[in-house]
Amino acid sequence: MPDSTALIARLRRIAAGTAMLQATSASPDGWLKRGLARGQLHEIYAVQAEDGASGAGFGIATALAARALPLFWLRTEAAEQAQGRPHAGGLAELGLGADSLVLGILPDESALLRASADAARCAGLGTLLVETVGPARGLDLTATRRLMLAAEGSGVTVLSLRVAATPAPSAAATRWSVRAAPSRALEADAPGVPAFDVECLRRRGGPAGESWRVEWDRDAQSFRGAPVSGAGLSVAADRTVAHHPAAPVRRSG
Amino acid sequence: MRTTRPHLFAGRDETPVAFTETVGNATRLTAVNLAAARLGLEPGLTLADARARVPELEAFPADPHADLDWLERLAEGCARYSPTVALVPPSALVVDIAGCTHAFDGERPLAADVEGRMARRGILVRHAFGDTPEIALALARYAGGPAPDEKSAVRRLPVAALELDPDDAVALARAGLKTVGDVMARPLAGIAARFGADAATAVRRLSGEVQTPVKPWVRQAPVIAERRFAEPIARTEHVLAVIADLAGEAAAMLETRHQGGRRWIARLFRADGHVQPLPIETGQPTRDVPLLMRLFAERIDALADPLDPGFGYDLVRLDVALAERLDAAQLQLEGGEGGTEQLAGLVDRLSTRLGRNRLRRFVPRDSHIPEQAELMLPATAPAAAAAAWPQPEEGEPPMRPIYLFDPPQPIESVMAEVPDGPPHRFRWRRRLHEVARAEGPERIAGEWWRRHDATIPTRDYYRVEDRRGRRFWIFRHGLHGETEDPRWYLHGLFA
Repeated sequence: MPDSTALIARLRRIAAGTAMLQATSASPDGWLKRGLARGQLHEIYAVQAEDGASGAGFGIATALAARALPLFWLRTEAAEQAQGRPHAGGLAELGLGADSLVLGILPDESALLRASADAARCAGLGTLLVETVGPARGLDLTATRRLMLAAEGSGVTVLSLRVAATPAPSAAATRWSVRAAPSRALEADAPGVPAFDVECLRRRGGPAGESWRVEWDRDAQSFRGAPVSGAGLSVAADRTVAHHPAAPVRRSG
Repeated sequence: MRTTRPHLFAGRDETPVAFTETVGNATRLTAVNLAAARLGLEPGLTLADARARVPELEAFPADPHADLDWLERLAEGCARYSPTVALVPPSALVVDIAGCTHAFDGERPLAADVEGRMARRGILVRHAFGDTPEIALALARYAGGPAPDEKSAVRRLPVAALELDPDDAVALARAGLKTVGDVMARPLAGIAARFGADAATAVRRLSGEVQTPVKPWVRQAPVIAERRFAEPIARTEHVLAVIADLAGEAAAMLETRHQGGRRWIARLFRADGHVQPLPIETGQPTRDVPLLMRLFAERIDALADPLDPGFGYDLVRLDVALAERLDAAQLQLEGGEGGTEQLAGLVDRLSTRLGRNRLRRFVPRDSHIPEQAELMLPATAPAAAAAAWPQPEEGEPPMRPIYLFDPPQPIESVMAEVPDGPPHRFRWRRRLHEVARAEGPERIAGEWWRRHDATIPTRDYYRVEDRRGRRFWIFRHGLHGETEDPRWYLHGLFA
């Protein structure tokens, strides 16, 4: 009896996974609303170290868009030194509640790889975010293949966030490059909601090379397209202003 | 000493050795070995006198901490005889063997086993059995002649066994009272009137009327399962199989008590007396044997030195050191475990392998200082939220960064248009950032009610975005006028 129920659960997961995959491959823009395909390994590259926060924000946002929670975030002590430590207040403002986040800080890369291989097999997770800073030689073709297989078996979305690294061969389903994009200014030239320049570098069994400029809408828990000429955007054309006609000058604190 | 530095003693059993301690201006002997005692040296002698009598005496400074450490290790080893072992520094152990002798067919074979093990390590032991710990200690320390039973043995002890002040002991001897029996024959009221209430209590202790409670070295676990082997086992798989059996027994015991274990300690007793503890901890009380076995396997893998069985383990004990309420679980109708239990299992497994502090959860704290507004607790610790997380306002961009630097990182070449406005360019990690957009200041004052010196500078926080779209959280440490030349720091990175 337990065998058959486990089998049914497994089949359901696989069915759910393929449904997502089809939806995503059907329209290249599908990820904007529904996040990245579940039960797969995706790579997110922030080529420059300064874009690391944007890469992490994008990864968390895709997990939220896919409703793939809880999120298990694994990083090394070296990343903790280079990037700072995750701040629950800011993550909550991105939409990720602290009760659906477990953080793992590991001494080195080999411990990180071992822990992520274990976590990717745990079907109780929604998303596994593995953050590395610098060239992570351990994340080679074999290791990524292993993660991909584990993700397919358990239905966990595995995001490999590579900060300050150049793309290397891997078995990931998709590979993205993320850079910070100028946000649409609020009144008094205040920085607006998070905006990203996203490029799909590689997609297994599909076209690649498109790029988007997107904003993260926390309240709707989805991405929305943003005008590409963001830098020279005039305040008058800004829709956000219409939503908030409250104060002429934004001075908080 | 003999064990830790064997080269000093190789083939020199007959060398007189003494340990010394400097009190005031005199260096005196505190302990001597058998060879030195045979030559007439005794504790209390000054080192100079002792050297004059026995020129070849080897003297070492005494190290009470090392002695205590060694005694603790012996106590740990004695846990094989009974779960209740107490330390009596500097040199005694009390083992409560009531109900524990069945494995040795009685008290005397047990004592012989203790002496045999100690002798192999070159330790001389004096032991005695007693109804109370005090009687046993007195009999072991001040052995009188052979006696038909315990009562008469106590009566034959010298008065020194009462451990009174030296003056009182001399007074008792002058009164003609040479043994404990002599003192006990007198009315207790008279003793109390002449030598004080302490003397009366000492007498009542040795007569077994008063008993001070034993303070065990290791707190006795509520649930214990153990197995002894006639032939020591050495292979790790066998050890794990035994632990699995014991875990099954312990789980059955816990189930009758409606409890589950949170902290489990397997102790492997090596035949030569070494004890290897294997502690594991789970986030939720459990009786799940396969889960426990995975954790024990992780723990063995994570040992700094691999498991060294030597000549094998002859006793394995499993203690459930912390048990909490856990009612019988009803299986879910669809079967299988829920997702949260799987996540808890993963957290337990990784925490066991990597250490408790590696996996963390965020818990809010009631503070407006950004770096103090949250706590990172071990993910296995039960979560108790003392404060609530602030709810983000609809439509607003994030006001707090996703990464926070602790401590904040200094930034240089800050150019601000107006003294108390946001900067329009700054240098961080050798790269210049031109500020395109900024918002602020958000003024965060120090928690002056927590610190007595109310001189913590105010911080003015700005959210800034550079021309390439990177968003930073920077602050000026101190207001103009409050501090001389306020410095700027980068505190966080926005997505």
